[in-house]
Amino acid sequence: MKTTNPLGRLFGPNPFSLLKEHMRVALSCAEELPALFEALLKGDQSEVIRRKDNIFAFEQDADDIHKKVRQHLPRTFLLPVNRRDLLDLLEMQDKIADVTQDVAGLLVERQMTVPDGIKEHILPFVEECVKVCRYGATIVEELDELLETGFSGPEAESVSAMIDTLNEMEDVSDERGMDIARALFNYEDQMNPVSVIFWHRLIEWIGDTADYSEAVGNRLRLMIASK
Amino acid sequence: MEIIVQYGPWFIGLALLFGLYMTWGVGANDLANAMGTSVGAGALTVRQAIIIAAVFEFAGAVLAGGSVTSTIRKGIIEPSGLEANPEYLVYGMLAALLSAGFWLMIASQRGWPVSTTHSIVGALVGFGIVGIGVDSVNWGKIVSIVISWVASPMLGGFLAYMFMQSIRKLILNNPDPFEAAKKWGPYYIFLVGFVISLVTITKGLKHLDIDISMINGFLMSVLVGVITALAGGYLLRRAQRDLEAEKDYRFASVEKVFAPMMIFTACAMAFAHGSNDVANGIGPLAAIVSTVNSGGAILQESTLPIWILLVGGLGIVTGLVTMGYRVMRTIGKKITELTPTRGFCAELAAASTVVIASGTGLPVSTTHILVGAVMGVGLARGIGALDLRMIGKIVASWIITLPIAGVVAALLFFLFKGIFGG
Repeated sequence: MKTTNPLGRLFGPNPFSLLKEHMRVALSCAEELPALFEALLKGDQSEVIRRKDNIFAFEQDADDIHKKVRQHLPRTFLLPVNRRDLLDLLEMQDKIADVTQDVAGLLVERQMTVPDGIKEHILPFVEECVKVCRYGATIVEELDELLETGFSGPEAESVSAMIDTLNEMEDVSDERGMDIARALFNYEDQMNPVSVIFWHRLIEWIGDTADYSEAVGNRLRLMIASK
Repeated sequence: MEIIVQYGPWFIGLALLFGLYMTWGVGANDLANAMGTSVGAGALTVRQAIIIAAVFEFAGAVLAGGSVTSTIRKGIIEPSGLEANPEYLVYGMLAALLSAGFWLMIASQRGWPVSTTHSIVGALVGFGIVGIGVDSVNWGKIVSIVISWVASPMLGGFLAYMFMQSIRKLILNNPDPFEAAKKWGPYYIFLVGFVISLVTITKGLKHLDIDISMINGFLMSVLVGVITALAGGYLLRRAQRDLEAEKDYRFASVEKVFAPMMIFTACAMAFAHGSNDVANGIGPLAAIVSTVNSGGAILQESTLPIWILLVGGLGIVTGLVTMGYRVMRTIGKKITELTPTRGFCAELAAASTVVIASGTGLPVSTTHILVGAVMGVGLARGIGALDLRMIGKIVASWIITLPIAGVVAALLFFLFKGIFGG
């Protein structure tokens, strides 16, 4: 019912709740990867396809939330952080989902199988990258607390420390990435050259999930630092 | 003179009718807006809000409403030009009541954020210019009133900002926020009791012929503050930590401490609202009653009869109970952003500002001050997203309300003049 109360229309939807929800969905995409590669190693093609379908569904959900945020964040809103920073953060989160989708899509469309030379490296690498994503999501969950404390004070400092840890974790995933790349290059003469290129691309993409998670952390750092 | 004597009872009857209509509207809309914040934050049920509102709105009207009522009744229109035709004052006041009430009804149907206070003041100015003459309006007073309309939301915002920062420093940034909240909570509750009683005792009680010296007033306020703090402290000690909820949100237990604290700010809001907005309905009523009772002599110094304040309080509470119920229920869903910590800051800031304005006899808009206070919390980076266009809509509502209320009041003035003669 209509009233003269301006308070009812003063508040926009909380972008931070939407951001948290979005990150949870993006993480769900990444969480499918270990199971996907396990199935690939076993040769269980139907499981591979099932996991790929999951990823595609989650990525669609992420896109929907992304659209919702964009639609409800006009420039006339007063936000506790820079609007651009917020949208960039969302963009980085979205890229996690997108790149996971690329990985799953390529694996299925090209009906790829894991080359022998990298079989022992692939799961540790994927697991390390997903760890980074998981920790990034934990940091994003702190957005509510950051809002309550005005993005400053002890809460902001502890989140800063978490982001430092995230940086270190991403470094570790980088090293795993180099390990698997090295293994691939050592094995490449025994492979179809086209496959080599595509596997290199896959390794890059998997590494990107960790990179984008780190970028999420860095955007958060901007939000804390800028006031 | 003769018209007053001839139609006196009619005028009083109409004045009561229109006055009650006006205060009913104030209760259904304005007060519901003010109490809705506490309901929305989950601190009160709608039923509890109604009970609190009934008691404290009444108290605010009777104990602290005299100053603003005086302003509305005799501070805006300079009645010296009316010596020959005192009935004009009656027509004008009736017109103002009807015009403001009517405008409020239209605006609330359309959802425009207009203020009852602005409507009454605009209506009075309109009647003054048209009915008597441009000089009949006390322009000095009008200027200070308009300045207060701009300054009061800003003051509310400033206070809310400071309160939010202090809560962060003392409570939220503490390693154990829950314990810090229980420790500092009573001090904030003290503030609620202290500020409200300070302004009321030192400024508001004059019309009840109770004169209290500054020092005694100060000490009494401290006492009231301490009593409320002790009552609050008792309630807070019963608040229990919710470890499950804390896993999702570290400050969940702090919010549980602030929820009962909002009961006190709800009382303060109702009291403050009563002190300022009851005047909208009964200021004109009081003017009409005193003019009729004195047989047409425009008295400047007559005191405000208590029964008029009681009528006003009754009207507001009736409005709240009949229609405000629905408003309060709906508003809660839209302001889920206003958690108890934030709602407490906004309400305390708004209530303090309104009571200060009431003490100085300035009629202000409680709702707009509350918006200002919420903006203050937003500026302290405490709210996810605030629509700044609302400021534009509120300013636009000022710009429309004043002339429309004025013109309608002028037209009604001529209508009454036509009906009753003079």
